[in-house]
Amino acid sequence: MNFRTVRALMIKYWFVWSRSTFRMLDIFFWPVMDLLVWGFLSVYMLKISNAVPAAVTFLIGAIILWNVLFRAQQVIAVSYLDDLWCRNLLNIFAAPIRPYEYVASAWLMGLLQSTVVVCVLGTIAAAVYSFKLTALGYGFIFLYANLMLMGWSLGLLTIGLILRWGPPAEALAWALPFLIQPVSAVFYPVSVLPQWLQPVSMLVPSSYVFEGMREVLRTSHLDSHYGWCALGLNIVYMAISAVAFKLCFEEARQKGYLAKYAV
Amino acid sequence: MSTNVVEVRNLRKEFGSAVAVDDLSFEVKQGEILGLLGVNGAGKTTTIFMLLGLITPTRGTIKVFDSDMHKNRFPALQRMNFASAYQFLPYHLKVWENLFVFSEIYGVKNSKKKIDDLLELFELTRLRNTKTGMLSSGEQTRLNLCKALISDPDLLLLDEPTASLDPDMADKARKILLQRQKESGMTILNTSHNMIDVTELCDRILFMQHGKVIASGGAADILKQYKSESLEEVFITIARSSTMEVV
Ligand SMILES: Nc1ncnc2c1ncn2[C@@H]1O[C@H](COP(=O)(O)OP(=O)(O)OP(=O)(O)O)[C@@H](O)[C@H]1O
Ligand SMILES: [Mg+2]
Repeated sequence: MNFRTVRALMIKYWFVWSRSTFRMLDIFFWPVMDLLVWGFLSVYMLKISNAVPAAVTFLIGAIILWNVLFRAQQVIAVSYLDDLWCRNLLNIFAAPIRPYEYVASAWLMGLLQSTVVVCVLGTIAAAVYSFKLTALGYGFIFLYANLMLMGWSLGLLTIGLILRWGPPAEALAWALPFLIQPVSAVFYPVSVLPQWLQPVSMLVPSSYVFEGMREVLRTSHLDSHYGWCALGLNIVYMAISAVAFKLCFEEARQKGYLAKYAV
Repeated sequence: MSTNVVEVRNLRKEFGSAVAVDDLSFEVKQGEILGLLGVNGAGKTTTIFMLLGLITPTRGTIKVFDSDMHKNRFPALQRMNFASAYQFLPYHLKVWENLFVFSEIYGVKNSKKKIDDLLELFELTRLRNTKTGMLSSGEQTRLNLCKALISDPDLLLLDEPTASLDPDMADKARKILLQRQKESGMTILNTSHNMIDVTELCDRILFMQHGKVIASGGAADILKQYKSESLEEVFITIARSSTMEVV
């Protein structure tokens, strides 16, 4: 890993993101809207039914953490699409930039962005719903790190699929995270899923993160097995996504897609 | 004796049933400017992309600075650079920002001065703070050349570098490239449909047709071989004769 290269690409992203109002809106607009709509909905549900009061905090915590995962994957995927659409991809691949340096720089930008998003959402949640992010304790860092790692695998996989299958696969940049959301136990526990779907859910690292989040909000204690299970799965998926990416990249080099889809 | 910077042996590229490059062998010596010429679809760009490791050959080998470009292209890429009239730099970055990012990627020392000098050379100084997407095509082409020269490459690959430049600017660009080449001993491989480019820039020419080299040598040799006054005429003769062959 050449850190100079990673830094150079981060400078590029900084130039792109820091200046564009629309991109800034894209980072903050949807998460804030999510938080407001679902937050108020859960407050309302609480009023009209005898739902558990913790439901509001569960939902708000889920929205905040979901946005960590989403941003981590998004920054990697969208940065790639950006270079593709600008026809800059060949300049990138013709330069001494290794694919993992390219992904690492986007991932670090994702880390930066998601940290800012979490701070903003945490502040709004505290002001509007009296939700305390600090209630998640130090375990939060472990959960957060796991979501970032999962974002790496998802982002890498997205780029690989777009490299290999070209424009029709571009929608995956936005769709892929939502494809796994139903089995990620984001807004409801795994136990709610039909029996046959539960094993699938247990293979998704984020399921453990969200289950862990609910536990810590309920009991003020995080059993570390949630974090470790997620980490174990993340390591496996990072390896799988790296191999899948390599295969897609090699296939794209074989078929000339790197050059043709960039043009 | 000069050493070979590029060595291509029995290179072949198939895309499905189509053959884009067919048993191509050539070398480029250090400090030489080689021109790849040929009709549309002759396989020039595919060759350049294989040299950059962006396309994997079906068969054959490519060595650049003794690195096998399929197996380990990164040491060589650090010493190479590339410009194409059909590639662009990110349009939402300002002109200087794009050059700055690439100077960082290639680890250029004293990049600020280098950027200023290159912008001056290609008459882009007044556009320094303009967003790249706002440039005219010719200005973008010049910016691509700045990007290609920012790292002082030992090997420069150019795919139609002067396409979209007006005759005056094209002439200036050729002179800049020649000047740089003289100063640094840079090796250049260049494709072009502009015969003036080829005549003025290139020490040697490879005429490609259906992925093969069908004539090679200095411009004068080729003119003699085809008993012709101009390369343009030779080009047309070759293009039409091969169309006839195919038909
Ligand atoms: N990825 C690809 N898949 C299928 N065919 C391809 C691919 N890339 C190139 N080709 C084909 O290979 C042949 C050579 O293309 P190439 O781009 O190398 O031509 P060229 O000599 O650069 O032409 P031009 O002067 O028009 O730029 C063409 O027939 C083209 O259609
Ligand atoms: Mg071409």
